Amino acid sequence: MSAETASVTERPSPLAGRFANWNVAIIALTVLVLIVASASVANFGTSQNFGFLVLDLLPIALVALPMTLVIVTGEIDLSVASTLGLSSAVMGYLWNANQPIETIIPLCLLLGAVLGAVNGFFVTVLGLPSLAVTIGTLALYRGLAFVVLGDGAVADFPALYTDWVTGTIGGTPIPNVLIIVVALAVVFGVVLHATPIGRAVFAVGASEQAARFAGVRPGRLKFWLYVVSGLVAGLAGVLWTLRYSSARADNGAGLELAVVAAVLLGGVSIFGGKGALPGVIAGVVLLASLQNALRLSDVSNEALNVVTGVLLIASVLAPNLANAVRAAVSRRRHRTESLHRSSSRKDLS
Amino acid sequence: MATDTPVLRMRDVSKSFGAVAAVQNVSFDLYGGEAHALVGENGAGKSTLVKMLAGVHRPDSGSIELDGTPIELATPADAKAAGIAVIYQEPTLFPDLSVAENIAMGRQPLGRFKTIDRAAMHAQAEQLFARLGVSIAPNRPARGLSIADQQLVEIAKALSADARVVVMDEPTAALTGVEVERLFAVARSLRDDGAALVFISHRFEEITALCEKVTILRDGKHVSTDPLADLSVDEMVRRMVGRDLDALFPKQDVTPGAVVLSVRGLRRDPVFADIDFEVRAGEIVALAGLVGSGRSEVVQSIFGVDPRDGGTVEVGGRKLKPGSPRAAMAAGVALVPEDRRQQGLLMELSIERNVTLPRSRALSQLGFLTGSSERRSAKEWTTRLKTKYGRLSDEVGTLSGGNQQKVVLAKWLSMAPKLLIVDEPTRGIDVGTKAEVHRLMSNLAAEGVAVLMVSSELPEVLGMADRVLVMREGRLVATLDRSEATEQSVMFAATGQEVTV
Amino acid sequence: MTAVGLPGVTARRSSLDLVLRARELGIVLALALLVAVTAISNPRFLSAQSIRDILLGTAILAVLAVGQAVVVITRNIDLSVGSVLGLSAFTVGTLLRDNPGLPVVVALLVGAGVGGVCGALNGVLVRYGNVPALVVTLGTLYVVRGITYFWAGGQQINADELPAGFLDFGNATLLSVPYLVLIALLVLVVTGLVLRNYRAGRELYAMGSSPQAAKLAGIAVGRRTVVAFLVSGALAGLAGVLFAARFGTIDAAAGTGYELNVVAAVVVGGVAVFGGSGSVWGAALGALLLTTIGSALAVLEINQFWQQAIVGGLILLAIGADRLVAARVAASLKKRGSHVS
Repeated sequence: MSAETASVTERPSPLAGRFANWNVAIIALTVLVLIVASASVANFGTSQNFGFLVLDLLPIALVALPMTLVIVTGEIDLSVASTLGLSSAVMGYLWNANQPIETIIPLCLLLGAVLGAVNGFFVTVLGLPSLAVTIGTLALYRGLAFVVLGDGAVADFPALYTDWVTGTIGGTPIPNVLIIVVALAVVFGVVLHATPIGRAVFAVGASEQAARFAGVRPGRLKFWLYVVSGLVAGLAGVLWTLRYSSARADNGAGLELAVVAAVLLGGVSIFGGKGALPGVIAGVVLLASLQNALRLSDVSNEALNVVTGVLLIASVLAPNLANAVRAAVSRRRHRTESLHRSSSRKDLS
Repeated sequence: MATDTPVLRMRDVSKSFGAVAAVQNVSFDLYGGEAHALVGENGAGKSTLVKMLAGVHRPDSGSIELDGTPIELATPADAKAAGIAVIYQEPTLFPDLSVAENIAMGRQPLGRFKTIDRAAMHAQAEQLFARLGVSIAPNRPARGLSIADQQLVEIAKALSADARVVVMDEPTAALTGVEVERLFAVARSLRDDGAALVFISHRFEEITALCEKVTILRDGKHVSTDPLADLSVDEMVRRMVGRDLDALFPKQDVTPGAVVLSVRGLRRDPVFADIDFEVRAGEIVALAGLVGSGRSEVVQSIFGVDPRDGGTVEVGGRKLKPGSPRAAMAAGVALVPEDRRQQGLLMELSIERNVTLPRSRALSQLGFLTGSSERRSAKEWTTRLKTKYGRLSDEVGTLSGGNQQKVVLAKWLSMAPKLLIVDEPTRGIDVGTKAEVHRLMSNLAAEGVAVLMVSSELPEVLGMADRVLVMREGRLVATLDRSEATEQSVMFAATGQEVTV
Repeated sequence: MTAVGLPGVTARRSSLDLVLRARELGIVLALALLVAVTAISNPRFLSAQSIRDILLGTAILAVLAVGQAVVVITRNIDLSVGSVLGLSAFTVGTLLRDNPGLPVVVALLVGAGVGGVCGALNGVLVRYGNVPALVVTLGTLYVVRGITYFWAGGQQINADELPAGFLDFGNATLLSVPYLVLIALLVLVVTGLVLRNYRAGRELYAMGSSPQAAKLAGIAVGRRTVVAFLVSGALAGLAGVLFAARFGTIDAAAGTGYELNVVAAVVVGGVAVFGGSGSVWGAALGALLLTTIGSALAVLEINQFWQQAIVGGLILLAIGADRLVAARVAASLKKRGSHVS
């Protein structure tokens, strides 16, 4: 008994250790990539490129925020990019129908929330697997986007709005929209890490049943997370449209993969219950700057997919392998110890 | 009947999980045609032994011999090939596959071109069921079978494999009297056909009815192996617990106060119905009965994690909203659930998070949690309960069973409940902690908390409770005062038949 | 059932069997209705050319769906099939362009081989890397597509660069059934038989039905998982060859987004997302239904863009219906307990 307690006390906390390790590793890796890219890739370090880089990573960063919470609860939302596309398509459609932009934007946000609520309904009320549901709505929402807008584009959005989205703060190279993303990142970070809601999110992801036994309502929580996920995807659709001044049904196609990759890369467990928002932000920056640097080095857009894919798999594989190695080592140590124990006992008797 | 040389020998086997030594240097022999009981308290190492026989866990040291030759049971397939069949407490069937296929999996009769001969497979299943004297349609899927039927399918599996060693890990826990009889008839015929039987049960009358030999384990160590005839039940219990029973249960006498919990006509179809009872402040009321009699379901319905189909639950005179643990918690109800790993704790989260989760709202300031108030509260309550751990940020899964249970208790006691419901409060925890938990419950009652306890351990029920409510098949069948409650009277009410303990 | 089957056993079909049949029956009915309505509004829909197009389209999707069904039955998923199809199509296209004399069989084998390697990689990562299938195959979806782009750059292989023999294979028929359809049927029947009548096939169902019980039953879960992914990959590779033969024009984007249709076909065809039940027949029927819907939309002059929305709607409908049916079946099975005799 005393030996047991002693060994428990000696061991460094695996939970804190793993978190700290992964978050530190990913942030360090991000910084490293930024430094290496600035030094070796022409034009990477310029302020103009910085602006582009930020604008490129904004949609991923935005959608990754609620996605982090969804994945921490142990679910997934693959429909976000399609929600973005439908939001963009509806925006174009309404603009063509001569609606004022001030009405269109709130409507698109509302639409996103409703689309999220549909996911939430299927997942929490009907209890269907979120993977299948959101693959279904991925197709459904994208299809509806094409139904609404066809394969054309709507371009003539008011300059006041498009300029603001592509513009920068004062004389700095920092894009205006970064304000929105930073503000939302702070909100999501605080909610996840410093409120009872965040505690419930982790609890549901660690064990839905045990969370229910502690008074958490997993269904309600997940439903609202899906609504928020849809809402933010709707917002991303609006910003995307304004940034490129182009509403298209295929806007953001395939973005869900990059988002999931960034979140997992950021150290969030696909099984739920583990993860931290700073890591996710680092994951987004890492992914985007790597792609940006490779693009500047004339690597084709599609070939960049290889990097994204490898990073996605590696982000889950690496900790698993590390754990396996650690387990194997401790098993061996334990085995020899107990062999030793039993043999010494025999000597005594 | 029994063979002269052992079919299977376990020699000095040990197995540890992390820092916990689950089994240490245990040896025993199994003979063909003999039923061998394995007894011990929860956590004594029985299940670990079974899993080593099943090829699930590999012994850290020691050896297993089959017919005198050492064998390596590295995987379940090895155990199967060696003729060892294991029937677990919770059957392991494939719900989507037919019953016949479940029985034949991996050994399906083959016809032309090595295709599965379904007709033969079904005929085989029918034959096995005929031999067992049951009628389960071989072509129905396993999904939806009662636990008893699933167990019979498992036995049919063992029969069809011509298993030489059949291990039954608490097969009777969820069965009714008739079903137990049927199971025993089958087990005896297996034994008489020359199989070596290992039987695990908490019910002594079942052990005496079936077995010839008994091995007793305590805290992962071998205590004794004797012919059952040489051992009285009292002696068995003494060796299992390794101490005198009376010292364990320090229930203080308390004059009951006002009614805290009042349950009227509680019903949940088809699990239980017509549940009426009260618990007063300062009282410890035990809910006894066999596993599967609906006790846990009743308390879960009271707490609101399970829905209810009728009846009312009042706490402190106010009706509780059905299906809402939150409402129950707000009314001062706490539930320490039966299944610590699945229901009681978030195994991957830290001790701190586990202790403070139900009160994260109360501990927040303006809706925000900075962590310090949580840490302080977690520290305070784990210290009060003398929980042993490294750091508050350690995963709760790294603690021993007893300390895990203390974390669960800390979590709920920090809410200062008026009604504490505990479901199997000492399952799978070491003797020392057990006594602490009992003392704690007794103290709480003395402070005026109403305690409702579900327990399958009769000594615990008899030692701790002011009143014993007995359930059988979803009904409340008896209310026994402390003076009336004996092992016989409780078991009689729980099983509906006379037992000789 | 064999002829010597016990009459008593054959007579009592399990209700679950009936439900599954009902699902397949439902698809057949939906198909019949769709065909009838479309044909009435435009008889051109039943022309030989139109039917041929539907069958050819179905052949490719069905081969993919059969492979996907094998993986989904084991409680996994393979999202990389579209990319694998693209890589295989481009590999085979390049090979044939440079070696026009190569027999078609070799092309088929090479395609299946390329796919098999990708599938095995998926399987190994899932099993031995302990990474969920969703993550692995999402990753390889990217990686394999990226490799194809890397290799192909912007180039495209046109029909006039491919040997005539290969293109003939894409169009030729045997007894007026296109070769591609015959290959798909062969794949379907063989896989169907293995899944239903061989121990290895049943073990795949067992793994999906209860991974824990499968381990305790001594099933080689690891090896079987790898094999399931290998089959899915090899079939995706084979589908790539069929794709090349049918369309004749191949670039790095071949098969982009196919994974969605494949998953839809499998789910609509009644293969449970959580494994353990469903059949390749259902998956193939799902593929037929999806392809027919696509053609019907064109014939009915409904906006083509509805196609994808309908695919999504069908997935939701299928899994929703499954849940309701499962609840009902569970209730009826509970009542049919055993009786002590």
